[in-house]
Amino acid sequence: MTIATEGHAPPARPARPGGAGGRRGGAPRLPARLRRLGLPYLLLLPAVLLELLVHLVPMLIGIMMSFKELTQFYIRDWGSAPWRGLENYRVSIDLNAPVGQDLLNSFLVTCAFSLLAVGLCWLLGTTAAIFMQEDFRGRGLLRAVFLTPYALPVYAAVITWAFMFQRDNGMVNHVLHDQLGLTGERPFWLLGGNSFAALAVVAVWKTWPFAFLIVMAALQNIPRELYEAASIDGAGIWQQIRKITLPSLRPINQVLVLVLFLWTFNDFNTPYLLFGEAAPASANLISVHIYQSSFVTWNFGTGSAMSVLLLLFLLVVTAAYLLATSRGRKTADV
Amino acid sequence: MHRMRAAAAAVALTALAATAACGGGTPTGGGAGDESPKTLTYWASNQGPSIEADKEILTPELKKFEQQTGIKVELEVVPWADLLNRILAATTSGQGPDVLNIGNTWSASLQATGALLPWDAQNFAKIGGRDRFVESALASAGAPGKDPAAVPLYSMAYALYYNKKMFADAGIGKPPATWDELVAAGKTLSKDGKWALGVEGSNLSNNIHQVFVLAKQHGADFFDASGEPDFTSDGAVAAVKQYVGFMAEHKIVAPGNAEYAQNQSLQDFANDKTAMILWQTAATTLASHGMKPDEWGIAPVPVPSGTPGTGQNVNSMVAGINMAVFKNTDNLDGALRFVKFMTSDEEQKILNKTYGSIPPVKSAQQDPAFDSPDLAVLRDTLATSAAPLPQVPAESQFETAVGTAVKELFADAAAGRPITTELVRERLTKAQQQMP
Repeated sequence: MTIATEGHAPPARPARPGGAGGRRGGAPRLPARLRRLGLPYLLLLPAVLLELLVHLVPMLIGIMMSFKELTQFYIRDWGSAPWRGLENYRVSIDLNAPVGQDLLNSFLVTCAFSLLAVGLCWLLGTTAAIFMQEDFRGRGLLRAVFLTPYALPVYAAVITWAFMFQRDNGMVNHVLHDQLGLTGERPFWLLGGNSFAALAVVAVWKTWPFAFLIVMAALQNIPRELYEAASIDGAGIWQQIRKITLPSLRPINQVLVLVLFLWTFNDFNTPYLLFGEAAPASANLISVHIYQSSFVTWNFGTGSAMSVLLLLFLLVVTAAYLLATSRGRKTADV
Repeated sequence: MHRMRAAAAAVALTALAATAACGGGTPTGGGAGDESPKTLTYWASNQGPSIEADKEILTPELKKFEQQTGIKVELEVVPWADLLNRILAATTSGQGPDVLNIGNTWSASLQATGALLPWDAQNFAKIGGRDRFVESALASAGAPGKDPAAVPLYSMAYALYYNKKMFADAGIGKPPATWDELVAAGKTLSKDGKWALGVEGSNLSNNIHQVFVLAKQHGADFFDASGEPDFTSDGAVAAVKQYVGFMAEHKIVAPGNAEYAQNQSLQDFANDKTAMILWQTAATTLASHGMKPDEWGIAPVPVPSGTPGTGQNVNSMVAGINMAVFKNTDNLDGALRFVKFMTSDEEQKILNKTYGSIPPVKSAQQDPAFDSPDLAVLRDTLATSAAPLPQVPAESQFETAVGTAVKELFADAAAGRPITTELVRERLTKAQQQMP
């Protein structure tokens, strides 16, 4: 999607310097050429302005806040908050102090969680999409069922999971412990070490239909003849998947994995709704951690500094990822 | 597009504050005025069993106010989970309600933001004077030595609620008056899948309320005289260990309570699963779970020895709701009149009766409706043995840091790990390091 948007940008042609002098006599009229060239920009203008207003300006304000001591004493008139220079950043990344240690721990947990969740989402989505390629009775119904988690409102879905994960009355323990007898004691899912598993399950459940949807759409574009030719040549299902399906999905996967990663890494709703304000250490995702550092402790300066660090990290990851994958594709295409 | 979206998502939180600030054109430093004298916006906290119930309770009173003054009050009942964030957003943007309810423990923190109108002698005079209010309730309305940031509206106190049937079945004649008695009774009551005491282990505020009182009983405070955090004193450590010890050491609390944060302990109590809870104004919630008023009893929260009183025999925080005027109001006169109306004897009686709380207004407290055995316990506790939570600007951070430490200790206890003094001290040290 990133590529597509950039591809639509109008070609930058040098404007003729003479065009500006078109104000002569009666109504000012721009030369036809300039008008023609200006039209795409004019049409883009509302989008650009909104983009500035909705995305860039808050981002810049957030960056500015990260250099200020924006605590409860100053939020009412935050122009008056004193500048702190890089102090907020120093506190955030000082690994010998608790704030820095917690941030690092939260960051590592988030990385592990993102890798696991994205991997599983992609695997499930792709597998299901490939199986759904075959025409069989009830395929449409099954597709619709698979997409349900994606269509449900996040709040309702995650709260339901939170109920299911309750230790004493939840359905998960009822099945695992009461009916199957797999666990000696009723485990906690929303406290302690198991909370990581609970979080991953909910995140995968919530996000994999998106991977399924995208891969399913991409599969429609692979010509059937390729498979027919391959099976005539004696390729089995597994070989067909490896040699035809996966390479054809490559451009889609490139964008899909990136989007899944960014969504998962920044996921706030799932951990917040499952665990509330104080998430257990093993499921303390960075978005909740930043929320807690700013809203709960009323220290918006430090929270902003952490946000900016996260932003920088995600930009670096995204850039490196795009660079690596697009270079790989170019050589593959040759 | 997604890169940009992701980038924006990364600062979504800061953006929230930022866009709020962009939204309003009002100069943040601007004083109060009287530009729209005919309307007021009022953010009420959720006091009844539901938001809808609150609207039903408050609307007739607001109509009465409109008839008396011609001022229309637009009511919004804000759930507790959102209230503080909403107030912070309103503070940041300068765009808020005219009058609002706050949890009284937030008073000093919000006072420090400067968003609330200080109640100096002149403002108090407009609502009938400072001495109409109970002194302990006023002490929970702002930092000591400063003009209060709010006035008390409803007062509440902790009490021991006990399930009469479970007590009778276990052959226990009267509710425990000391912690030793509570533990002894607890060991008799905890059997066959039933438990003696319910706690809300994952509810940070509730954890704070409980360990604050226990610390007082051990002669300790979580903040020293100069307002600096002091979480690791022997008394504070002993208090936290004692509270978590009901589960870890004495095993009179069900391990599952460690994850309770949505008042499930009240539900267990109403369903005869636990015999006791330490709670404030639980009556309406218990009734909504199908319990009849004569099925539970109310007694003062236990003390180490003797009877509840001051000093080390404190047995409750001063719980309650305060009413504040937003400094940026465009109808200051109307806001003060509305506060006067809500703190009038008549309204105090009506509202506190409905909510099961105690009026912080002395003259309204005399009403016989507040002499019922249930409310008498609360009233006496407030009058003789309740202490306000620390009124310091960092109170909100304290609740988060120490409340989380207690939550984690409950999680350890539930998993069967021993809760030692060293472990408690370590967690409280970490909590203290998180303080600004």
